[in-house]
Amino acid sequence: MDWIQLAIEAGFGLAFIIVVMSMAGLTVVAERKFCGFIQGRLGPNRTTIPILGSIPFFGRLITRMGLFQLVADGSKFLFKEEIVPGHVNKFYYNLAPIVALIPPLVPLVVLPFGQMTLADGTIRQLIIANVDIGMLVILAFSSLGVYGTVLAGWAANSKYPFMGGIRASAQMISYELTMGLSILPVFLWANVPGSTEGLSIANIVVFQQTHWFVYLQPLTALLFLVALFAETNRAPFDMAESETDLVGGFHTEYGAFKFGIFFVSEYAHVIVGSGLFVLLFLGGSNFLPMLPNPWPIGIPGAILSTLWFIAKTSALVFFFIWIRWTLPRFRYDQVMNLGWKMLLPVAIANLVFVMVLLAKITPVAAQ
Amino acid sequence: MPGKVKEIERKPLSLAEKTFLPQIVSGLKVTCANMLRKKVTREYPDVLPPIPPGYRGMPTLVKDPDGREKCVSCQLCEFVCPPKAIRITPGAIPEGSPNAHVEKAPQEFEIDMLRCIYCGMCQEVCPEEAIFLQNKFTLNGLSRQELVFNKERLYEAGGTLQDQHFKWKKKKEAEEHGNAQH
Repeated sequence: MDWIQLAIEAGFGLAFIIVVMSMAGLTVVAERKFCGFIQGRLGPNRTTIPILGSIPFFGRLITRMGLFQLVADGSKFLFKEEIVPGHVNKFYYNLAPIVALIPPLVPLVVLPFGQMTLADGTIRQLIIANVDIGMLVILAFSSLGVYGTVLAGWAANSKYPFMGGIRASAQMISYELTMGLSILPVFLWANVPGSTEGLSIANIVVFQQTHWFVYLQPLTALLFLVALFAETNRAPFDMAESETDLVGGFHTEYGAFKFGIFFVSEYAHVIVGSGLFVLLFLGGSNFLPMLPNPWPIGIPGAILSTLWFIAKTSALVFFFIWIRWTLPRFRYDQVMNLGWKMLLPVAIANLVFVMVLLAKITPVAAQ
Repeated sequence: MPGKVKEIERKPLSLAEKTFLPQIVSGLKVTCANMLRKKVTREYPDVLPPIPPGYRGMPTLVKDPDGREKCVSCQLCEFVCPPKAIRITPGAIPEGSPNAHVEKAPQEFEIDMLRCIYCGMCQEVCPEEAIFLQNKFTLNGLSRQELVFNKERLYEAGGTLQDQHFKWKKKKEAEEHGNAQH
């Protein structure tokens, strides 16, 4: 066992978690800020920390950007009294936030976050575990995410969280199918006959150096995006926590830090989902379609490409926020109708279409 | 009214409308325009709202441009005040004061801001134009006693207002010229 290799990968993993967690925090602030902008308000801009806030230029800038709000909210969640209601099932009540937080973090190991051009010109995808079942890992773990919600709804032992949990599980199952079916055409396209890459995501990124899937397969991208919104329980599909009819949904009985964990896990889900969409359809760490990658050789190129990937992901996270504050929430039966009667048939038709198309355009000799 | 009812035929949705997508795109355009628009938030304690003329804020006592207190403690405001928030202790003006020609002045003038209902009747009734409801609308204190404003604080809050008449000054000048009335 190569200990240095192991240490490097563990370091990468830790850095990845730190980046995603701080991005989750920043997303919370961005959400409040952009929500304010859309509604004609300024958003959080007054919270400040005594000494840091009085630094001439940056203190005021950070205060106005609402970044200290993040610290204030986080420490509020930490120091609030943890109230466990008397009627809950304590074991599962405490377990649920942990079960909710782990699934969005595990898929990070199979996301290729950057690329490094070696001195001899070969390009190496930066990824913690380049397994050929990468996509399957992500699908498996992101559907585990619903267990946190269901467990929270059930352990809370009261009706609104319970209904939130039920809705979340029904919705997850409905949209999981569409998601799976909208991923297949991408892998069919990227894997030429005889390829051994399987479901590796790094392979998809390598494939997208010249053309991105978002315009090669726009319908697939749309289906995947809609399914992603539903999978991450974001508006307009936030059935599980629809405040208007279910109080707070599955986290009604939660408070303090446990609620904070649910909150962070929701945003971590959004970030990982955005990253996945960028990898599958927007070229991952590749620069722009039909342009050669300008990344320099060695470490600087690796850093630049990683930053480019983060920038793309942030843009998609912004899109998530933008959609949330634009669209009203679907009614529950509408969500089910959309999932089963529209998206699923379209996804199947799309898969068949791509299969037939590929069979036609692939040379017979290669088969 | 059958004649005035206009029935609109509900058209079936087109295929594009059934997918929601054109509506979503137009909605995104609206929110994007909102995002770029000037914000309507007024950052209140830093930026005060514009106060329209005739606004009835906190009642205050004012002095005329010569620095003379205008109130002559006639107590009309005290009597007219619906919630009985005003309490005046009338007093004489000491001999030799430059304002000795004025009949009286309040020895103490108290307005209980917790009782005041900002109706403006005191301002309306005052024959000397000595009490005005001005712009200040944020009052707070740590005790009930603190919000009973005495004469000194009322003058401090009121300041000096332009006098149109100089009633007492003109009367004094007229007397000095030997006229009974000015």
